[in-house]
Amino acid sequence: MATTTPHDPTSPEPSRRRFLKRVTALGAAMVAGAARPGVGTAQSPAAADKPAPDDPTKELGSPVRPYGQRSRFEQAVRQQFPTKTNESSWTFTPLQDSRGIITPSALHFERHHAGVPDIDPAKHRLMIHGMVDRPMILTMDEVRRLPSVSRIYFIECSGNGLTEWAKPTAKGVQGTHGLTSCSEWTGVPLSLLLKEAGLQKGATWLVAEGADAAVMTRSIPMKKAMDDILVAYGQNGEAIRPEQGYPLRLVIPGWEGNSQVKWLRRIKVVDKPYMTREETSKYTDLMPDGTARQFTFEMEAKSVITYPSAGQKLPGPGFYQVTGLAWSGRGKIRSVEVSTDGGKSWKPAQLQEPVLRFAHARFTFPWKWDGQEAIVQSRCTDETGYVQPRLADLVKVRGVNSVYHLNAIQSWKVAAGGEVSNVHA
Amino acid sequence: MCMPRLGFLRQAPRTLLAAGIIFAMAHLGAPSVLAQSPTYGVGRLPTQAEFKAWDIAIGPDGRELPPGSGTAKAGKAVYDAKCAVCHGPTGKEGPQDVLAGGKGTLNTPKPLKTVGSYWPYATTLWDFTNRAMPFNAPGSLTPDEVYAATAYVLYLNGIVGETDIINARTLPQVKMPNRDAFVPDPRPDAGKGAKAGNEKAAARK
Repeated sequence: MATTTPHDPTSPEPSRRRFLKRVTALGAAMVAGAARPGVGTAQSPAAADKPAPDDPTKELGSPVRPYGQRSRFEQAVRQQFPTKTNESSWTFTPLQDSRGIITPSALHFERHHAGVPDIDPAKHRLMIHGMVDRPMILTMDEVRRLPSVSRIYFIECSGNGLTEWAKPTAKGVQGTHGLTSCSEWTGVPLSLLLKEAGLQKGATWLVAEGADAAVMTRSIPMKKAMDDILVAYGQNGEAIRPEQGYPLRLVIPGWEGNSQVKWLRRIKVVDKPYMTREETSKYTDLMPDGTARQFTFEMEAKSVITYPSAGQKLPGPGFYQVTGLAWSGRGKIRSVEVSTDGGKSWKPAQLQEPVLRFAHARFTFPWKWDGQEAIVQSRCTDETGYVQPRLADLVKVRGVNSVYHLNAIQSWKVAAGGEVSNVHA
Repeated sequence: MCMPRLGFLRQAPRTLLAAGIIFAMAHLGAPSVLAQSPTYGVGRLPTQAEFKAWDIAIGPDGRELPPGSGTAKAGKAVYDAKCAVCHGPTGKEGPQDVLAGGKGTLNTPKPLKTVGSYWPYATTLWDFTNRAMPFNAPGSLTPDEVYAATAYVLYLNGIVGETDIINARTLPQVKMPNRDAFVPDPRPDAGKGAKAGNEKAAARK
């Protein structure tokens, strides 16, 4: 499937070029990787590679190898947003190529504020202090000795869809929705560590801090910390990937990705939010009246059709299995409906097991396309009864400048020729 | 969610506990530390040097701010040398985040969110500059440089005077113009789900 680069309306190419020119003064280190190969471009099997044999049963295969890799014929890659630097940037998961509910670790979306740190787990420490009876420093070995759990949770950046408020912008589902991914996470319940440290009276918040160059910091309410937050070191059966916070990160079920501090090195227990940059200047939602919503942690219920989606082409009329993903930061997906007439009528989609709290759920819908122009949409309802809204409903309340938390129904137009595009309908 | 029962080790056989204690003593070399970990016996007490090096988060009351001070006048040199290349000569030109201006734009179709027009706390500016700036040399500024650069950016926004002394006592007292514009999360707020979700949300609180 063709991958496309989403166009960033706020960063037209000329200003990026201007910036790169200027920033040269800061030294090569800062722009190193500006032309990183493989980022945002699909790599086709190298032309120099010999073709696969016509009959693989007549040729000895490759030997065993210590760490596997996918077939050279598979091309799905993360796609970078055209940010001004490659270190404070993000990449999107290729949802159009996703199968089931788990995102391969290598394709989990990225959002870094100052690059991916190179951390030796033998030297990494987690400090827990502040309003606790027993401040402590733990090694990674000590963290891994503690009772652990494994849970399948989605992580979604609250900026997922930020280009889509005013007009359809991204060219595919990777650009409109690719800042969500779903993994099995393994780690220690944060509540266990906090009880171990002994919470003092009045301890109502904590400040979580990362060991990256941004020393990324967020304030988290104690109530959620004592409920279901994980201090995770495992992702999909192995150590968390460096891009996802190796060796240790917070995983906060259902909450915006930014709060789930990666490369976690410190938890300070406090009695109020610390008003860090990422919870004041960023990740706050500006309303049309000039007020801004703060601590909008929950990711509201959302769904999207991944096939057929923009950038794809249906070869002709006939049967298609429509499929997509649904998830909710308030718990479990109860139902998904699909419309093929722009929202005039809705029919129930089939939810594929397992349907887990705070996880992607896969839905399918059988569709016989008659070859006429069609608008396909999905709409989910979560266990609280919350129904995914139309974009117009969101815009009516929030305007088009709140940046974060766009969870509206997505519309794809299937043209009579079979081409699928991103539309507002 | 199912949580491990913390109490189970308290009922563990004495031999297991004894083994843990012996391990902890050998590992940590300080019997007094045993009091720090009553259930699992992992971790150790951080040293004063570790507290000092890591305890850098600055909340709105500025309790953790270090000694030092600066003025906008002194901050101009720091800004010109280390900040202007990304934020522009007067904080308005970019190409990275615009730091100054934007006053009165938040409720217009083209809001400009700057330190002056948007940020609710001056302590945030000190904290972020100290931990993450400059982008290519994070954490390299001295406390005096951070105070001075902070003072200069506040000055560019007309929030402090050119010679006002910014330090651990005065910084938390700076009242940012947009402080009162931040509101709690009212969601669910839109569409058919707003009502149903609101009832559930209310029940949870």
